[in-house]
Amino acid sequence: MTRYLLRRVWYMLITLFIIATFSFFLMKILPGSPLQAEDKLSEEQKAIILEKYGLNEPIPVQYAKYLGGLVKGDLGVSFKFDNTPVTTILMDRIGPSALLGFQALVVGSILGIILGLLASIFRNSPIDFSSTIIAVIGTSIPSFVFAGLLQYVFAVKLGWFPVALWGTSAHTILPTIALAIHPMATAARFTRTEMVEVLHSNYIITARAKGVSETGIILKHGLRNALIPLITVLGPMAVGLMTGSMVIEQIFAIPGIGEQFVTSVMVNDYPTIMGTTLLFAFGFIVIILIIDLLYGLIDPRIRLAGGNK
Amino acid sequence: MSKLLEVKDLKVSFNTYNGEVHAVRGVTFDLNKGETLAIVGESGSGKSVTSNAIMRLLPEPHGYIKEGQILLEGEDIAKKTSKEMQKIRGKDISMVFQDPMSSLNPTMKIGNQIMEGLIKHQNMSKQEARKTALELLTLVGIPRPDVRIDQYPHQFSGGMRQRVVVAIALACNPKILIADEPTTALDVTIQAQILELMKSIQQKTDSAIIFITHDLGVVANVADRVAVMYAGKIVEIGTVDDIFYNPKHPYTWGLIGSMPTLDSSDEELFAIPGSPPNMLTPPVGDAFAPRNQFALEIDTVMEPPMFKVSDTHYAATWLLHPDAPKIEPPDAVKHRMQGFAQTGTKGGGKR
Repeated sequence: MTRYLLRRVWYMLITLFIIATFSFFLMKILPGSPLQAEDKLSEEQKAIILEKYGLNEPIPVQYAKYLGGLVKGDLGVSFKFDNTPVTTILMDRIGPSALLGFQALVVGSILGIILGLLASIFRNSPIDFSSTIIAVIGTSIPSFVFAGLLQYVFAVKLGWFPVALWGTSAHTILPTIALAIHPMATAARFTRTEMVEVLHSNYIITARAKGVSETGIILKHGLRNALIPLITVLGPMAVGLMTGSMVIEQIFAIPGIGEQFVTSVMVNDYPTIMGTTLLFAFGFIVIILIIDLLYGLIDPRIRLAGGNK
Repeated sequence: MSKLLEVKDLKVSFNTYNGEVHAVRGVTFDLNKGETLAIVGESGSGKSVTSNAIMRLLPEPHGYIKEGQILLEGEDIAKKTSKEMQKIRGKDISMVFQDPMSSLNPTMKIGNQIMEGLIKHQNMSKQEARKTALELLTLVGIPRPDVRIDQYPHQFSGGMRQRVVVAIALACNPKILIADEPTTALDVTIQAQILELMKSIQQKTDSAIIFITHDLGVVANVADRVAVMYAGKIVEIGTVDDIFYNPKHPYTWGLIGSMPTLDSSDEELFAIPGSPPNMLTPPVGDAFAPRNQFALEIDTVMEPPMFKVSDTHYAATWLLHPDAPKIEPPDAVKHRMQGFAQTGTKGGGKR
């Protein structure tokens, strides 16, 4: 197990290195410069600024310096935000994004699993059809449409929650709902499909032949087997949610990573863009590792395969 | 011997898009304590449907008991609610399934799968149930039960899994054990082991067994009585000796004639021509008539009733009518029957 984990960590580092390299050179190819909006600066002033940030050095030197910083955990200094280190910016911003993402993931997957379960139990009933409709709406309509709708109904008309901004837990409710709809729809769809299949398998008949009640069959024998494929889908979704949904954060004016990312792309703030990209990548890799470990917890067949190596 | 189970004129149908499929069309038999009844017949003859009806495991509402009674010690379980059935299943009647590879829950330790029924039906505590589960694993011949009890199904071989399935079925000392082709998915040496296991357990627990199979060799090996099913009906029923030494129904002749044996290499296998009827529209008269070289004219008009051959032996064929021509079984079948007589019925058809 320890060897397995160590190997996975080693792979993670390699992956991060490749992503850092790619994003660095992509930044160099990107048209425009951080100074393109600063018309009032003279050529001399611009040269001084470029010198200060090391942008006039040859690209291989810049690359080496960047990698050197990365090893020390230094993501560089933001061009835009008052020379703040990128790490500090990300640290400040990750909180709201992670909180929202976590809430949305928990709410969305729990509701989705319940919805899917109900649909599979009462198959071809009105419950099933409504669940399908909810799932189709949830997957096909983008979350910003829901966000606007939620703001209008619950904030503007009813006044139950604040329209936007960040502060109290009341501020988190509307964006959480807007973010949760997509994972909920996906979870509902997957749970239903998997449950229907699982409920037709032979071991369910065995359980019935033992005299297990219908509730026991669904919760004890069915759900666990149905959840295995669901984890594969919810994992990557979790990364997307936790590292911030750019659009939702813009709409609700939430000081999160997503909002930050959009701004930094607009102004060619290279270090911040690269830092955020690395953070996304890191989150993604970590979540995939967690999923693999979770698989082992839920599916004993996989646990053994991993343990043997 | 007292009657444990009486099935009276059981009819089971399935509603499909094409219409009603008459899978079982009036099956009557009884089962005594400690007895093994084999139900044989080709695929689609309704043998599994009959057993699922007794367990009330039909895929309701599409599959349902249309008519008839299933009396378990005098009580009609065809009329029980599904809640009441949960108390009977696994306790009074339990079942061993065909495919051990898929009939165990892959994400549950086998110990817990055995204990589940014990906790539910016998109100055992977890510790008691675990102790009983260990005893059961020993009983079904699983080595090192104390280690195996905490393992998952994928850590067992097919034969070992079937032993676990048998242990689950036996957990609450059921009065009736239904074995639906329990050896079909296993290879021959393992088949013999599982059959031996079921026989020895029956001697210890005195439960009755309904053994569903299409393998006549297995029947000769395990059964006391045999019911031959065709197109949703029992066409012949009797003791093993009745069926193997003195078969009366042409379909039984066909089944016996088509059994391969070790010494049958030089003779041709007797095959039953044609295929079973479509149960969407069951034929008028004797369902077997179109495939029967001995069919009489009346077979296409009227269904034959059960004729009594002896106190234990009944067959539904017009050939047994006093006015019918005397017809002897075909030579291949006679030859086979002589073979049984020489080697003795028990194991006579074993491959």
